[in-house]
Amino acid sequence: MALLKSSKIFSSVGAFSPSLGVFPIRASSWWSEVQMGPPDPILGVTEAFKRDTNAKKMNLGVGAYRDDQGKPYVLSCVRKAEAQIAAKKLDKEYLAIGGLGEFNKACVELALGADSEVLKSGRSVTVQTISGTGSLRIGANYLSRFHTVARDVYLPKPSWGNHTPIFRDAGLQLKAYTYYDPSTCGFNFKGALDDISKIPEKSIVLVHACAHNPTGVDPRQEQWKEMAALMKKKNLLVFFDMAYQGFASGDINRDAWAVRHFIEQGHNIVLSQSFAKNMGLYGERVGGFTVVCNDAEEAKRVESQLKILIRPIYSNPPMNGARIAATILNTPELRNEWLEEVHGMANRIIKMREQLAANLKKEGSTHNWQHVIDQIGMFCFTGLKPEQVERLTKEFSVYMTKDGRISMAGVTSGNVGYLAHGIHEVTK
Amino acid sequence: MSVFSEVPQAAPVAVFKLTADFREDKDPNKVNLGVGAYRTDDSQPWVLPVVKKVERMIVEDQSLNHEYLPILGLPEFRSSASKIALGEESPAILENRVGGVQSLGGTGALKIGAEFLRRWYNGHNNTATPVYVSAPTWENHNAVFSDAGFKDIRPYKYWDAEKRGLALDAFLTDLETAPEHSIFVLHACAHNPTGTDPKPDEWKKIAEVMKRKNLFVFFDSAYQGFASGSLEKDAWAIRYFVSQGFELLCAQSFSKNFGLYNERVGNLTVVAKDSENLSRVLSQMEKIVRTTWSNPPSQGARLVAITLNSPELFAEWQANVKTMADRVLLMRAELQAKLQALGTPGTWDHITHQIGMFSFTGLNPKQVEYMIKQKHVYLMASGRINMCGLTTKNIDYVAQSIHETVTKVQ
Repeated sequence: MALLKSSKIFSSVGAFSPSLGVFPIRASSWWSEVQMGPPDPILGVTEAFKRDTNAKKMNLGVGAYRDDQGKPYVLSCVRKAEAQIAAKKLDKEYLAIGGLGEFNKACVELALGADSEVLKSGRSVTVQTISGTGSLRIGANYLSRFHTVARDVYLPKPSWGNHTPIFRDAGLQLKAYTYYDPSTCGFNFKGALDDISKIPEKSIVLVHACAHNPTGVDPRQEQWKEMAALMKKKNLLVFFDMAYQGFASGDINRDAWAVRHFIEQGHNIVLSQSFAKNMGLYGERVGGFTVVCNDAEEAKRVESQLKILIRPIYSNPPMNGARIAATILNTPELRNEWLEEVHGMANRIIKMREQLAANLKKEGSTHNWQHVIDQIGMFCFTGLKPEQVERLTKEFSVYMTKDGRISMAGVTSGNVGYLAHGIHEVTK
Repeated sequence: MSVFSEVPQAAPVAVFKLTADFREDKDPNKVNLGVGAYRTDDSQPWVLPVVKKVERMIVEDQSLNHEYLPILGLPEFRSSASKIALGEESPAILENRVGGVQSLGGTGALKIGAEFLRRWYNGHNNTATPVYVSAPTWENHNAVFSDAGFKDIRPYKYWDAEKRGLALDAFLTDLETAPEHSIFVLHACAHNPTGTDPKPDEWKKIAEVMKRKNLFVFFDSAYQGFASGSLEKDAWAIRYFVSQGFELLCAQSFSKNFGLYNERVGNLTVVAKDSENLSRVLSQMEKIVRTTWSNPPSQGARLVAITLNSPELFAEWQANVKTMADRVLLMRAELQAKLQALGTPGTWDHITHQIGMFSFTGLNPKQVEYMIKQKHVYLMASGRINMCGLTTKNIDYVAQSIHETVTKVQ
């Protein structure tokens, strides 16, 4: 795009009279060459859903948990924590650049396990971030600045849509490794290993710790073990994205198994965590970024550089959500209640998966819908083709993304039958 | 061998290090005139009464949830925040050519604005566009723009150290000689760190040159209401530029005037030529936000929106802001009077001429060091003091310390 020519200047603005409130001569704008940005694919789904007048309409694009009445769910432990915090009458002074200390400590402990050797030796640094996105972005910026030996980030194919622009905006290059097998709606383990074995040394490889988004397809533990060994052999820098700890299986330790295993195998990982889903704190923007280092001294140096990266973006992070999360994690009764509620949310999703598969069978579908049950977490890659998705939306007012992904969180016992019917109609 | 073995230790951010050193100091007379946050006359942080009230409302409202905000933020926050800056009756607002991007504090608003300008202003990804920041300026301005990719960040003359005031002629010269399309970061009021603002007729001169030379206006408004006690007065410069037909960006912070420091409440107000340009600009802002923080935090924006949109709460807020501004004005008057009474060498009128949270005392680095080490009065190496750190209890000690320092150390 050419530089703005000098014709785009305020030559006529001198004729403007403030008291009139209108511009007698319209001068050109600085922004005439700014293109209209493409609409966000997920938001577009919700917009269309809102406009639909069909009483049976379903929004399965939304990446936020809904209860069995289809309503947003504020966790009881969150409400209790909020009441506790309000009673303390705290001030509103700036947090440190790295965020709330008690949050950071609890956050990394949740991921690594309280007995982790990494925590005992103090060889990691954790900073509070603006939820998962903010964490990934700080991580990407950090690697872009300090991991100068390699510019490439390898994402699983497919991955969360926002991964690519985040890493790109940070100045890194995107590549992919085989992950999803459309013929089985499952994990292409051999394909993944093949591709990983060809990744150049020291490249950054991003893995979803659990509840892969968008496919819901997770490796089994034996498969994780082989991947960990191969990535170690190839000397790759592993970037874990964990946005669903607890939310996938209902068990926070089980969901963090891969992260802990990689560390035990000697990987110095970097890790992004989000509390948007597992604590329902979406809009409060609660997350953490962790770098596992060789020793405490190195961790201190890395921490100092993370602060230098954070300060020119937002100076220091927001207090409210981190305070809620820290209160929950650090107060035994609240923590226990949280674990139960997370288990409850995960269970409802699992139940909906089972009901969807059962209803599809009842409809008389001859397709294999086992993947609906095998996949895990909020999302299900149905295997529906774009034309089938379009029909499902047009004829049944079921809204989802074109790739066939549905958010199981939008499915309820009240509408699962209708959904199964619609899916059967467009796939029979 | 670690991938990070070559990572060097970064220097700590100066203003936070100052506070850390202050905390460690055991001297009973110690005074912290460093970090820019309001303090009461008891040297305590102050949660505004209206904030406490609205927070209670929010906690007790069981119908509220924690769902994601839209990418650009809470609509009622964005519109009311922009109205605060431009005035409710602003022709630009009535003409639908004003938009807002809810951001993480003033810093976040500057960041989104800087990223947008680097991608879309003066060409496409033109990192060579000069960005001018005042000499001196808030130390984070440089990093915000350079991290956004701008390669040419320059100072414009602003502070006249000798006369301890605005170097207007030199400022105007820098404007005249700046390359066309250069971006200028202007402090809307309560200049940080000098506390020295252009007067209205001086702003008019600045605007005239900027219009003629096709320079881009980026306001940083972190102290609206906090400076003079009047929202309108503190937004005069922004509104004047809008009335002169400028398209501009204005980064607003609600950290100080709402005392919401740690909730990160800010707004990037965009004033465009017309609504069509505005909508394209906002669509691109969305893309930038999406890869930075996806969507902004809910709590602080909710609180500000509720306050600004309720006539009683709004009035209560204005009164709270005036309380803060008045205490600062009182401390200025007292400090100046005491230095005068002590016969401290030099002139001290600048303390009452300056406005807002900060004062550029004129103390040099050696004198600052003496103040810290010998008198345990903590201030920035630039000689900047935070007026909020002064109280009726410590002002005598501070005045005496300045007096001793200036007479003993040259």
